[in-house]
Amino acid sequence: MQDFLQHLLNGISLGSIYALIALGYTMVYGILQLINFAHSDVYMVGAFAAYYVASLVGLQDSPGFSTLLVLLAASMVACSLLALAIERLAYRPLRKAPKLNILITAIGVSLFLQYFGQAVFGAEPKKFPAVLENKVLVSVAGVDVKTFDIAVLFITVVMMLVLNFIIFKTKLGKAMRAVSTNMKVASMMGVNTDRIIAFTFIVGSSLAGVGSVLVGMKYPSIDPLMGTLFGLKAFVAAVLGGIGSIPGAVLGGIIMGLSEEMVVAYLSSTYRDALAFGILIVILVFKPSGLLGKSQIEKV
Amino acid sequence: MNTQIGETILKVDNLEVSYGSIKALKGISFEVKQGEIVSLIGANGAGKTTTLRALSGIVDATGSIQLGGINLIGKKPFEIVKMGLAQSPEGRGVFPNLTVFENLEMGAYTRSDKAGIAADIEMCFGLFPRLKERANQLSGTMSGGEQQMLAISRALMAKPKVLLLDEPSLGLAPRIVSQIFEIVEKVNSQGVTVLLVEQNARMALKVAHRAYVIETGKVTMTGRGLDLLNDDQVRRSYLGV
Repeated sequence: MQDFLQHLLNGISLGSIYALIALGYTMVYGILQLINFAHSDVYMVGAFAAYYVASLVGLQDSPGFSTLLVLLAASMVACSLLALAIERLAYRPLRKAPKLNILITAIGVSLFLQYFGQAVFGAEPKKFPAVLENKVLVSVAGVDVKTFDIAVLFITVVMMLVLNFIIFKTKLGKAMRAVSTNMKVASMMGVNTDRIIAFTFIVGSSLAGVGSVLVGMKYPSIDPLMGTLFGLKAFVAAVLGGIGSIPGAVLGGIIMGLSEEMVVAYLSSTYRDALAFGILIVILVFKPSGLLGKSQIEKV
Repeated sequence: MNTQIGETILKVDNLEVSYGSIKALKGISFEVKQGEIVSLIGANGAGKTTTLRALSGIVDATGSIQLGGINLIGKKPFEIVKMGLAQSPEGRGVFPNLTVFENLEMGAYTRSDKAGIAADIEMCFGLFPRLKERANQLSGTMSGGEQQMLAISRALMAKPKVLLLDEPSLGLAPRIVSQIFEIVEKVNSQGVTVLLVEQNARMALKVAHRAYVIETGKVTMTGRGLDLLNDDQVRRSYLGV
């Protein structure tokens, strides 16, 4: 029982990071119907941005709250700028092209970033700066609640609240929802749709930036291909929840994290990655619209 | 129809639009004067909706579209709204996942005068009391007629110089259709200039000060609404008499 609770905590903690990344996939899909394959590599660049900023200002080995804030800021800004550039240079010129063209472009951008990362950052793994000290904060019923878990949960919840506020309480958020249901009509209301799309990329990538710092904190080894598998799992989480659905991405992320933790704990870590793709196959066969997604009626 | 008719506010000259190699508009010209209701009528595929899409900048067009003397050709849709053309699109196009209230706020997207926006939302609720009852309901759950009321209100929220209405009667029960046209006249009597595109020629000609008949991308006839309503050719072709 005690073991189970510990795994539960770890799983939720891992799952909330998946959720952060999954949100970026789902938001961009919601607005452009594009699976942004480059998202996982934006996340990778975010981790490296945090790494380089830390060494620049001498924070490699001084864990603490201020370090956390600096790294988060660095990663979020870097991810936002990179995503803005990708949107502007690679995706926007293809706005009127068939959906397949932009999808293939996204794969191209993803590959570009991976090889660019290997060339510029170096292919060998780097040690992520120490973000926080992982102390046991409390022990409840034999379950150790550690700093990392609390930090991950707290930051994720704050991010979700901020995101919820932006989407449901601001004019920009209202415009995002309008553009995602009908871009043409939204433009007839005077919405500069290009700007709203760019803003969506900024929000999604900032969340990926946060995710990259949290991952770096928990598993402090980063390399230019770190986004591939992690991003793929986050993508599966988004599909599981229903791609395009924001609550779906969160739910999918948590389920993903929990089931991965449980598989490793009670079956074998060999199946860790097989699980993600197993989930993908099952969901695509039995409920392609995902748990919280709405099935789209194709209009002719 | 007690509105004062003023100067020409919208002047369209030789408007051409092509979809690929197909010419949808082959040089359409018409004008709308301040305070008028002008109807464009014609059969399916004549180019009515394309004309409105060109006005709103949704499709690329050549020729000239002058709104208060400023050319709109080549302008982006969101710029055109700011300049004073707002459209209630064909098929209504309400945002189904937004509440009625939020849809109206979206209509006022280009405005920042909070008090004015609040007053105009009340004005729309006055025109369509049904919308007030449903203010916090998701608009996708409403009936077609209610959605049409919302689409017109939403376009009004932009405080346009010319209100563009694309097929407001489409798919609605006859009783609702006459209600919608009554509102169009009421809105016009409050000083809003209206450009109306309709397949329901009888209604469109009844409410219009002037009308244009469009056939396969060209204007073939023009005149006062009531004159066209009594014109033999129009009666045969569009009124089924």
